[in-house]
Amino acid sequence: MSRAALLLLADGRFPAGGHAHSGGVEAAVAHGAVHDTDSLEAFCRGRLHTTGLTMAGLAAAAAGGHDPLLLDDAADARTPAPALRAAARRLGRQMLRAARATFPSAELEHLATARPQGAHQPIVLGLAARAAGLAPVDAAYAAVYENIGGPATAAVRLLSLDPLDASGLLARLGPEIDDVAAAAADAATRAMTEGIDALPSASSPLLDITAEQHAAWTVRLFAS
Amino acid sequence: MSPSSRLASARATSDLDVPPAGAQEPAGHPDGVRATARIRAAHNGRVTTLPQLRSDGPFHLRRMRTDGNAATVGIIGAMSAPLGGDRLTLDITAEDRAELEVITAAATLALRGPTTEAATYDVRLTAGEHAHLLWLPQPLISAAGSNLRQTYTVELAATSRFVLREEQVLGRADEEPGHIVSRILVHRAGRPLLDQQTAYGAPEPGWDGPAVLNRHRAVGQLLVVDPRVHVRRGPILLGEGIKDGCAVLAPLANGPALLATAVAPTTSILRELLDEAHAHAFTR
Repeated sequence: MSRAALLLLADGRFPAGGHAHSGGVEAAVAHGAVHDTDSLEAFCRGRLHTTGLTMAGLAAAAAGGHDPLLLDDAADARTPAPALRAAARRLGRQMLRAARATFPSAELEHLATARPQGAHQPIVLGLAARAAGLAPVDAAYAAVYENIGGPATAAVRLLSLDPLDASGLLARLGPEIDDVAAAAADAATRAMTEGIDALPSASSPLLDITAEQHAAWTVRLFAS
Repeated sequence: MSPSSRLASARATSDLDVPPAGAQEPAGHPDGVRATARIRAAHNGRVTTLPQLRSDGPFHLRRMRTDGNAATVGIIGAMSAPLGGDRLTLDITAEDRAELEVITAAATLALRGPTTEAATYDVRLTAGEHAHLLWLPQPLISAAGSNLRQTYTVELAATSRFVLREEQVLGRADEEPGHIVSRILVHRAGRPLLDQQTAYGAPEPGWDGPAVLNRHRAVGQLLVVDPRVHVRRGPILLGEGIKDGCAVLAPLANGPALLATAVAPTTSILRELLDEAHAHAFTR
C-alpha cells in the first residue's frame, strides 16, 4: 500500500466536494446547540460515535471487497433521512469522478455504471481506497476523519472560531477516532462471514431531524 | 425483590400457558430470568385466530378483543422486568392475511436488578403476505443504574402492512438514565429497509450532546410500512426548533414506508408528536 494515497484521500483539497457540507453543524449553530469550541467538541464526539462509526463501517467493508451495490442498499437502510441520502449520493458522485481520475479501477467503473446518480459516499471512498491499495482500516480512518473534520471546519466559518481551537479539538478526539476506525474495520471483517447486518448502524435522532429542517431552509451556507 | 421471589410471583400470576414447575428454569445468568413468549396469529379464511399464545416469565399474554377480522393481544407485566442479567424474548408472528395488534398494558421499566450485567430484550416481529401487524407498546423507561440491550428484528413480506411505535424515556423524573442500547433491523422482501442503533446513557460518548439528544429525555420512532400509503411526498416537519421537541416524518428508500423520528423533553410531548406523525402518515 501507499500511505501517501491515504493522505490524498483524506485531504480536504481532494476535489470531492466535501467542503460544501457542514455535517449538520449549520443547523446545530442555528438552533444555538453549537456556539463555542466546547459545544463543537461535544457535537463532533456525538457525530463520531454515531454516523461516523456507521460511515466508517461501510467504507471499510467496501475497501475489503464487499459487494458495493449491497453496501449501497445497507447505506440506504442506515440513512432514513431523505436529505442525508441525497447529500450522500451527491458527495458519492463527486468523489467517484475524482477517484476514477486519481485511482482508476474496474470496480470504480462498474459502480459508476450501476449507480449513475451516485452511490453513498463512504462506499465510493472505500472502493477508491481499495483501488489505491489501502487496507479497510485506512478507509475507515479517512471516513471518520472527514465525518468530523468537515463539521469542525464548517463551524469555524459559521461561528468565526479560532481555527487553532478547531485543530485542538480534532487532536483531542484522536484516541476516539482510533477506537471508532478500529471498531469499523473489525465489523467489516465480521461482515465477511456474518453478512452485512454485522456492520454498525449507529445513528442519532437529532442529526436526522435537523437535516430535514435544514434542507427546508430557503437560505443556507452549506448544502447539508 | 429477590430473583427467587420474582420467579415465584411469575408462576403465581401466569396461567396455564406456563409449563408446570420443574419443566422450566432454562439456564441463563444465575440472577436473571430467561423467558420467551410467543404470539402467532393466523387467518382461517374468515377471521384472525390465535393458534399460539404462550406467556412466559414477565410476559402475561391476554387476548383483548376481536374487532372484525383483527385480533388484539395485550401484554401484561407479570413481574418487574427487565432487570440486569435477564434474557427476554418476544416472538410475534402474523401469518398470511392475519391482522394482529399487540399492545402493552403499562410502561416497561428497565431497572438495575441484582447484577450490573446487561439485560437483553429481543422482540421479533414477522408479517406474512397480506398480513397486518401492529406493535404499539407503552414507553420503555430506562431507570438509573439499569443496563439494557433491546433488539427489534422485523421480517416483512412484500405485501404485508406494519406499524411499529417505539418510545424511550431516559430516566424517571429528574434522574440520570441507565445505559440503553437499542437496535431496529427491518427486512422487507429480503432487502434491508431500516437498520438503526441508538445508544444512550453513560458510558456512551456524546449521547447527551448537540449531535444526538441535546438533553432531550424522550425519544421515539413510528414506522409505517404499507403498500397503500403515499410515500412519494416530501418530508413533513413537526414541532418548532429543537428545544421543545420536534420530529420529522419521511419516506424510506427501499420500500413503501414512512419513518417518523422524534425527540422531546417529556414523554407526553413525544406522544403528541408521534400521534401527529401517525395522522399525517395515513392522510391521503
